[in-house]
Amino acid sequence: MTIESNEHSETTEAVADEHVEAVVDEHGEVIVTGHGEEITGHGEVGGHGETHAESSEFVPPTLASETIGHIGGFEIRNTMIMAWIVMAILIIVALVLKKRKYQMVPTGLQNLVESIVGFMFDFFDAIVQDRKQTMKFFPIVATIFIFIILANWLGIFPGVGTVLIEGMHDGHEMMIPVFRSMNADVNMTFAFAVVSVIGTQVFGIAALGTFKYGGKFFVNPLKDPIGTFVGLLEFISEFAKMVSFTFRLFGNIFAGEILLMVMGFLVPFLAPMPFLVLEIFVGFVQALVFALLTLVFMKMAVTAHH
Amino acid sequence: MDKNLFVAATMAIGSIGPAIAIGWLASKAVEAIGRNPEATSKIQTAMILAIAFAEAIAIYALVVALIIKFV
Repeated sequence: MTIESNEHSETTEAVADEHVEAVVDEHGEVIVTGHGEEITGHGEVGGHGETHAESSEFVPPTLASETIGHIGGFEIRNTMIMAWIVMAILIIVALVLKKRKYQMVPTGLQNLVESIVGFMFDFFDAIVQDRKQTMKFFPIVATIFIFIILANWLGIFPGVGTVLIEGMHDGHEMMIPVFRSMNADVNMTFAFAVVSVIGTQVFGIAALGTFKYGGKFFVNPLKDPIGTFVGLLEFISEFAKMVSFTFRLFGNIFAGEILLMVMGFLVPFLAPMPFLVLEIFVGFVQALVFALLTLVFMKMAVTAHH
Repeated sequence: MDKNLFVAATMAIGSIGPAIAIGWLASKAVEAIGRNPEATSKIQTAMILAIAFAEAIAIYALVVALIIKFV
């Protein structure tokens, strides 16, 4: 049984088995129901030539990031492209500063960067209270802060999430955004979490020595049974920190993406503005919280037990 | 029962605890600042850290809700 109809120069055809009925509903979509070996049906009536999602349909961002291209077998994802953009910005700023040779009296770009770095250093120093330790912790904590805050703020840029390209995701073809906020990808936030937690362990071992640091988690059960249990809990808690870091950052940024998309879909004019401001604030707070927590955990790791 | 009901219920019930926790934290922090305005920045930092921990629980609920909805 073949159904063919021509409407608006668009061909709607369904080739189906006998036991199947094909119904064209009010939107012009062909719904084929029933059992049969080969059922194929496609087409959109009254639209444009290509198959694409209706512009009035709300397509939410997917939990997993979408693949844009491949290098051999390696998938390039839209969040990865954003990460490269952020890295490029940071590296270019650093290289420009280096080329201009740090002046004793800073002006321009050097002044701006120095004020930012100085402010962060004083802020972290007020928490750690020990200048030498702050000098040790500062590079990684400040890098985490700057990387995350820049990525979050770039994620609300116009064009991120809206410039679409055709591609395959999860088995079916759909329009996927070329750019997507970098931390809206669990892989990225998990990478940050792993770096943070492992960095904490490394600082702890470097400051205390392997046995003393390990002695925090693995206590002799004969001398101190409660301490053994607490130590075990602390050990598990290190892994819980990884999960907690990951999902705190991912949840906040991904929820922000969905929120902005929903607001843009519902009321495109003026209404998304307070939500954009909220996203700026959330981006800043999440970066701050990640960096602060990393700093505090590092500080706790290098202090001896009691 | 409709899947959306569970998504909404996850988020609603999962936010009760963190909401109470954050309100409690902020009230104690503000009280402490009132007693000792000199220590404001220390109290503020500790408050922000603690609120981030509490909010993370709500975010776990959000992630579960998203997984139910989209997967």
